[in-house]
Amino acid sequence: MSEQLTSHAGTRGESPSEQVGYRNKARAWWRALTFEQRLLISLGTSLVIAILLYFVDHALSYAALIITAIYWLRRFPARYKLPGEVAFIVLLAILAIAWTTPWSLVLLVAVIAAITWIPDGRKAWGIPVAFLVLAILYPFYSDQMFTMPIFGVWPDVGTGVYMLVFVMMAVGLNIVVGYAGLLDLGYVAFYAFGAYTAAWLMSPQFPHSHLRLGAIGLLPGWFGIHITIWLVLVLAGCVTALAGIVIGLPTLRLRGDYLAIVTLGFGEILPKVAQNGDSLFGFNLTNGPNGITPLDAPGFGHHLSSWTGGFLPANYLQCCSAKVNVGFLHIHHQVSSYDVYFWTAIVLLIFTVFVSLRLQYSRLGRAWIAIREDETAAAAMGIPLMRTKTWAYASGAFFGGIAGAYYAVFKSATFPGDFYFNISVFILCMVILGGMGNIWGVIVGAAFLAYLNQEGLANTGSWLNTNIHVAGWRPNINVPLYASGIYGVIILVVMLFRPEGLIPSRRRAAELHEGVHDEPLYDHEVAGST
Amino acid sequence: VITGVGLFLAFLLLVWVAYNIVDRPSNFFQVLLIGITTGCVYALVALGYTLVYGILELINFAHGDVFMLGGMFTITLSTHLFNLHEGQGIVIVPIVFATLLLSMLACGAINATIEFIAYRPLRNAPRLAPLITAIGASFIIEDVGLAWKGPNYISSPDVFPHTQVFAIGGVTYTWNKLLVVAITVPVLLLLSYLVQKTRQGKAMRATAQDKDASAMMGINVNRTISFTFLIAGALAGAAGLLYALYVTTVRYDQGFQLGLIAFTAAVLGGIGNLPGAVLGAILIGLIQAFNEGPLWHSPGSDWTEAIVFSILILILVFRPEGLLGEQTPEGG
Repeated sequence: MSEQLTSHAGTRGESPSEQVGYRNKARAWWRALTFEQRLLISLGTSLVIAILLYFVDHALSYAALIITAIYWLRRFPARYKLPGEVAFIVLLAILAIAWTTPWSLVLLVAVIAAITWIPDGRKAWGIPVAFLVLAILYPFYSDQMFTMPIFGVWPDVGTGVYMLVFVMMAVGLNIVVGYAGLLDLGYVAFYAFGAYTAAWLMSPQFPHSHLRLGAIGLLPGWFGIHITIWLVLVLAGCVTALAGIVIGLPTLRLRGDYLAIVTLGFGEILPKVAQNGDSLFGFNLTNGPNGITPLDAPGFGHHLSSWTGGFLPANYLQCCSAKVNVGFLHIHHQVSSYDVYFWTAIVLLIFTVFVSLRLQYSRLGRAWIAIREDETAAAAMGIPLMRTKTWAYASGAFFGGIAGAYYAVFKSATFPGDFYFNISVFILCMVILGGMGNIWGVIVGAAFLAYLNQEGLANTGSWLNTNIHVAGWRPNINVPLYASGIYGVIILVVMLFRPEGLIPSRRRAAELHEGVHDEPLYDHEVAGST
Repeated sequence: VITGVGLFLAFLLLVWVAYNIVDRPSNFFQVLLIGITTGCVYALVALGYTLVYGILELINFAHGDVFMLGGMFTITLSTHLFNLHEGQGIVIVPIVFATLLLSMLACGAINATIEFIAYRPLRNAPRLAPLITAIGASFIIEDVGLAWKGPNYISSPDVFPHTQVFAIGGVTYTWNKLLVVAITVPVLLLLSYLVQKTRQGKAMRATAQDKDASAMMGINVNRTISFTFLIAGALAGAAGLLYALYVTTVRYDQGFQLGLIAFTAAVLGGIGNLPGAVLGAILIGLIQAFNEGPLWHSPGSDWTEAIVFSILILILVFRPEGLLGEQTPEGG
């Protein structure tokens, strides 16, 4: 099943077509088979797996069969395609009518199948748009979703906001790590900068200053700086980008591993400063371990709200009266303030992804790729190394700042405990798992890991503890406690077996296909220089 | 401008140190002794970083967590296996010695295993790839400690006697501090002998200089690297024993922070440079002690990590070769 995969571990310098190593041998054997043989082997294997999984959890075996079916429907040659599709739809219909399959499962499978049938020429924008529509509509159908095997119920909308914020951060980090190839182990510092900027500008933290600029829902008698969130998001992004430039200018000329250590150092210092910042020479900057809370509610104010006929809510926390009813799908949903936070996060994410995509093949983006692949050659071609790297740092920091500010507003609080090293590694893990340099991969990886962190691990743990029993022995594992170890395992496994990530960037895949194995992934170090 | 600011800060620091010597000499020298003791523990950890960096140019993030596991081994072995408890007298000497050997052996084996699983397959990969797996390995080892000993502090019996060796003026030197130095120095001498005089040490130095050439000279490069990780892990095990018995508490997540501080020490002395690591570690120990000690206007333990990591950043930006110079294949 893995024609496109190849590992650079142990196969350096050889073309993947050479039959060296058990992985390449297995791949060559698989390619030599005819289509029917492959289909039969695959279906047989998945049937065996499904039967085995049936004894663990029924839903797991269905999932195995459906994944195999969708995989093969995409790969049918033209003569089998129509009968295959008809059979699949008939099967789905039977499942939906005859069995007590939840309609949401049937619908989801149908939608995914439909997405895989988008013609090739339209896939580039068709798939993202389809998933975007699914995401925007998520608050309406989230409580109607079926129960997943192992992972349990689908994430609620609050978790969705958390996922979107972390996806934004991962997309920002991807600019630094994936595009420019600079390993940043202190990305959490930018998150902290954004969060604290929002907290300073939207809370009663500085009681002696009195500045109000379009803030919503203030109680009478509140002092401090209160600026509307839309301005604060821009300011937080800019302040954080500036911090990125200030941190980057002296450090970016260091070689790769030293740069990683310096960023790690910044990532360790910043939370300490936040923690001890309640008496910096007698001045209360960060309110110490208690954090800054509460922050102002976001909103558009009454003018804009009534002008748009209530489409833009006046105050997110006192939201909303709109109701949506779709009778035949059992949807009766009252729009809540979480939903509005969710949609705002989607808008921010669209902005992030749009900028990131436009940057990727811009002059600057191509300069980043050149630096990532060979710094010396890039410099010889006239790319200003420092300026280009600093721009990568600043752009990554910008989105980290916006995401941090938005998340602080969503939580209505900022604590120094949110900014420890393991968050940096957590975001890095998202980028690595998804595929460094590929924005879609990063989005998928980040959404999945953020979900795991927030709900998935707890659900998985309870599934493990109830469903696994061997001769009277039941595990009693507090899975979320071991979250960082699980990320460690993910990092290790991905780096060892699939360093290009789950959804690799097309450029990297092409490089790997052509067998340019000693082409460094992102190593810009040339032996002999310091 | 930068030189001026640097000189001004150094001048302020000197004034602060001088004021403390004159104003409260007994506290000053007491803090000095504490700093040297802490520095000894850091030296053993820093040597592990520097050995591995010298041979592979890899920052072994998992090293700090191996050190923490060493502390856990020490507590488990000494209390459960050897039944160590407070007030036993001279019989603790063989017990501590046996625990030291076992702990070093276990940590060395763990470190070599990490190398085999996480770093060896990436030997020819880009340089940042093993750095990323090192972070992964560090998190895994940390959670091994968490699963083994739980999320709380575990404590060791306070077996090192707190009686005085000498007292001059108000300065007292206690046996527990002397014992830390007395265990560190032979280990350091042994390491120095191993690297400078033995055949295996020669192979290590050759591999650090040029892997391909040493392979052509008949050195088994993979075995030499494994051996280096074994030695580095053994040093971490010794440091773990000292830390557990001197500080008497260990927690699963301490290793990473302490490891980073020790790594700072290695960078301060010049990474890859063995005497440099010891010098840097003593300096970092002193800085930590002076920062936390009962002195005039010392910033206090809240700021230790911020100060140490600021030093790390400053060193890397302004003098990446460290105080004694870097000894790596490309920098040396």
